[in-house]
Amino acid sequence: MERSTIDLWVGLFMVAGLGALTILALKVSNMGSLGSNETYSLTAEFTNIGGLKPRAAVKSSGVVVGRVSGITFDNDKFVARVTMNVDAKYKFPQDTSASILTAGLLGEQYVGFEGGADDKMLAPGATLKLTQSAVVLEKLISQFMYNKAAEGSGSK
Amino acid sequence: MFNRGTIINVRAIGHHTIDSVMRFGYASRFFALTLLNSGSSWRRIHLIIRELYFTGALSMVIILVSGLFVGMVLGFQGYQTLKTYGSESALGVLVALSLVRELGPVVSGLLFASRAGSAMTAEIGLMKTTEQLSAMEMMAVDPIARVVAPRFWAGVISMPLLAGVFSAMGIYGGYLIGVVLIGVDEGSFWSQMQSAVDFREDIVNGVIKSVVFGIAVTWIALFEGYDSPPTAEGVSGATTRTVVTSSLAILGLDFILTAFMFRGV
Repeated sequence: MERSTIDLWVGLFMVAGLGALTILALKVSNMGSLGSNETYSLTAEFTNIGGLKPRAAVKSSGVVVGRVSGITFDNDKFVARVTMNVDAKYKFPQDTSASILTAGLLGEQYVGFEGGADDKMLAPGATLKLTQSAVVLEKLISQFMYNKAAEGSGSK
Repeated sequence: MFNRGTIINVRAIGHHTIDSVMRFGYASRFFALTLLNSGSSWRRIHLIIRELYFTGALSMVIILVSGLFVGMVLGFQGYQTLKTYGSESALGVLVALSLVRELGPVVSGLLFASRAGSAMTAEIGLMKTTEQLSAMEMMAVDPIARVVAPRFWAGVISMPLLAGVFSAMGIYGGYLIGVVLIGVDEGSFWSQMQSAVDFREDIVNGVIKSVVFGIAVTWIALFEGYDSPPTAEGVSGATTRTVVTSSLAILGLDFILTAFMFRGV
């Protein structure tokens, strides 16, 4: 079997195709950044998670440090149990607080970590004690209306 | 009780139904035979390489050009819509996700069906018409192993590569329009794209889709050619049927695969 020009064109085609798939994997998807790195899992319990979804970002000071891996409902305590995979590079003190925040007014929800001052760090698999649930707009509005009404009747 | 015309019509319906079920069975047997006989075509790899040239390498130009243009149109249209909500920075996400998940596999599958699939049908149909396939059988060469199987594997290999090229080219087209022409911030274009596109969920699912489309299109194209009536009209009819059936198969399969893959959590 001899080499021919067809081999060259087929080779070029294969290289272009595989190159395109590699570009898609490394440049377009998140495979290059987070995901392939080592992670450890942390758990937090929230009374209300709002619209948090699996794969949502976990951020600390605005930097993505991990992703939400799963959300389950604890039927004993009636709370949502959120497990997160945090990049092994980052360590957080034991009194770190987790809150569910929204990016922008209509953006997607993410978990925000705020580091505490404890000397001991959270071990893999640990549960965060201090949590703040998602803000439910309806509750906020009803609270506001209630306060306004109370104010109005008080001034009369 | 019934007049003659009604009886003839009812009989025709029954005849067509039985005929198409039988044809489908024949096509399945043909597919199984192709898979069984592909061992010998892998041993003679130059046959597959020759077909890769005709189905894959020669399809590159149309895939590159249409990918670029689809991406540029997505850039314009996506920008117009996203601007309304003040989230132009998500343009990269929109372009990348729609190309990788849907447009890449589907549009390149449709182009592949009309460019390479129709050529396969016409070639095999003409081989049958000029009795080349029967001549091979006379020489104890199995036409399925010699002619059909290499074309099948070449189609299955080239389809995901072509879809990947289409998506990559489309994203570059969206980048050209969004970032270079309109002036969306380059950093947020790429970084939002990277944080939203998941390797397993989006890229791998897109590749799976294109492999499935490659199998479907080449199977239909090869079967229509192999089964075409050995006349000039027969071959032209088979070529038309290849394009119509495989386009419908791509759209139908895409719906099924999307329903499985992206149900939402």
